Amino acid sequence: MHTAPPPRSDGASTPVPASSAPADGPGHPIVDIRGLSLIYPTADQPVTALSDVSLSIAKGDFVSLIGPSGCGKTTLLRVIADLERPTSGRIAVEGLSPEQARLKRLYGYVFQAPALYPWRNVERNVMLPLEIMGLPAAERRTRARAQLERVGLAGFERKFPWQLSGGMQQRVSIARALALQPDLLLLDEPFGALDEITRDHLNLHLTQLWRATGKTCVFVTHSIAEAVFLSTRIVVMSPRPGRILDVIDCDLPRERTLDIRETPEFAAIAHRVREGLKEGHSYDD
Amino acid sequence: MTTRRFLPVATMTLLLVAVWYAGALWLNAPQAEEALVRAAKPWGWTDLLAQAYGMKRPILPTPDQVAVELWNSLTGTTPTSPRNLLFHAWVTAEAALTGLAMGLALGTLLAVGIVHTRTLEYSLLPWVIASQTIPILAIAPMIVVILGNLGLTGLLPKAVICMYLCFFPITVGMVKGLRAADPLWLDLMRTYSAGGLRSFWSLRLPASLPFLFASLKVSVAISVVGAIVGELPTGGQAGLGARLLSGSYYGQTVQIWSALVMASLLSVLLIGVVRTVELALLGKAGAR
Repeated sequence: MHTAPPPRSDGASTPVPASSAPADGPGHPIVDIRGLSLIYPTADQPVTALSDVSLSIAKGDFVSLIGPSGCGKTTLLRVIADLERPTSGRIAVEGLSPEQARLKRLYGYVFQAPALYPWRNVERNVMLPLEIMGLPAAERRTRARAQLERVGLAGFERKFPWQLSGGMQQRVSIARALALQPDLLLLDEPFGALDEITRDHLNLHLTQLWRATGKTCVFVTHSIAEAVFLSTRIVVMSPRPGRILDVIDCDLPRERTLDIRETPEFAAIAHRVREGLKEGHSYDD
Repeated sequence: MTTRRFLPVATMTLLLVAVWYAGALWLNAPQAEEALVRAAKPWGWTDLLAQAYGMKRPILPTPDQVAVELWNSLTGTTPTSPRNLLFHAWVTAEAALTGLAMGLALGTLLAVGIVHTRTLEYSLLPWVIASQTIPILAIAPMIVVILGNLGLTGLLPKAVICMYLCFFPITVGMVKGLRAADPLWLDLMRTYSAGGLRSFWSLRLPASLPFLFASLKVSVAISVVGAIVGELPTGGQAGLGARLLSGSYYGQTVQIWSALVMASLLSVLLIGVVRTVELALLGKAGAR
């Protein structure tokens, strides 16, 4: 649960936009992080969730954050979304501070759980952010229908969340994030709780969606295969303290089918990710 | 209703009726015997049964006596007549529903305050709980006297007594309900940069509704009790409480029991209404 931001040490360490220039055009950083740290004050001793993290995410990229639990990958995503405040360092989202970006609703966030409101049917769940934006009812409906069609759920508008499978619920939650029409999509292990067959299916769906919309995606996962299959770049992270070990370019063709996982190129990248994780002692007890 | 549900209910009902008849015989037999002895005629078991089950003022009337009394009252007079139990049930229901509405408003207001302000939780909650430790029978006449002194009579004092009983389950249920929102749901609202009021209407309030309806079903039943208790100290012109009072003045046990049966029918009906509203509002969402 989101709590009050941790106390900041001094004014100088307040995160400020790295650049005030608007970020647009391909290749331009949509997320720019420099020397970011986040320390949770706890009762016995402070926990360093993120230590000196620097990362630049270009427009149109699909970036995966991978690492064992406790490596701060979800925390980093939550910092980008302004759900957590960093202790020090600089971060800019589309040239703005994360808070400004959040207030302008510049990103869509997909949580680990679908987090659908059980009292709303599928369509009204997708329309929720649009209601908050204050869009007229007709446009809300048009947009919601378009996004549900995009995730392959046309015809399910009147169903309630409990009537859908886990995979379908997560697709609704992706449609809900897309309804805001953001350039940036933040996904926090969205398929972590699903079985492997459903997960493969949704991975294929997501990569097609990414290619069709050209959105920038930041994707948290602990599955190497998933990261390699989806990403243009893979950020390998390590715990205690949470930090970035390696950033691996994943230069497979943009158009991907599940068969690509059988190729030597795929295996080579997966091997590099595994080596990176080993280097961070991720396989130690 | 399926046979599987019907059979246990029917068996239990038959059993209760049998126990009732046995109890009536056991309680009424001494008086019945006395009457037969006084008549100084030879009598047997059948005479005793007929006498015990046919008394004008029995200690415990039989189910058929109560049913006949109810039937005569409901069909023998117009529903607006003071001799009709429907009229009295309506008077009681009016007070109970007004009190329930007031209790709902007060209870919700308190719950919102308690959830949003830590100070209120510490300062208010002990008083809310203390208010329910006072027996309603003790405080009801005081409420009637004080409000009567202020020129408020009739429906309102009764409704205030109902409110006093109703608001407590609603406050407790709503405090829990307003805190029932999943942390992820709250995070989601934050990513939409939704304000506090927006989160309340779109998230906290709908998330609390299942808790509210659980409380409402308790509240509506105790509201009927509150209305009946409120009708006792007013001297009893109208209402089921008034029927109970006049019945006990004149030893009309059949009248008392038919008023009691009517009161429980009223409660069942009102709970049914709450249940229907709940199904209409949350039906599909709640069918997990």
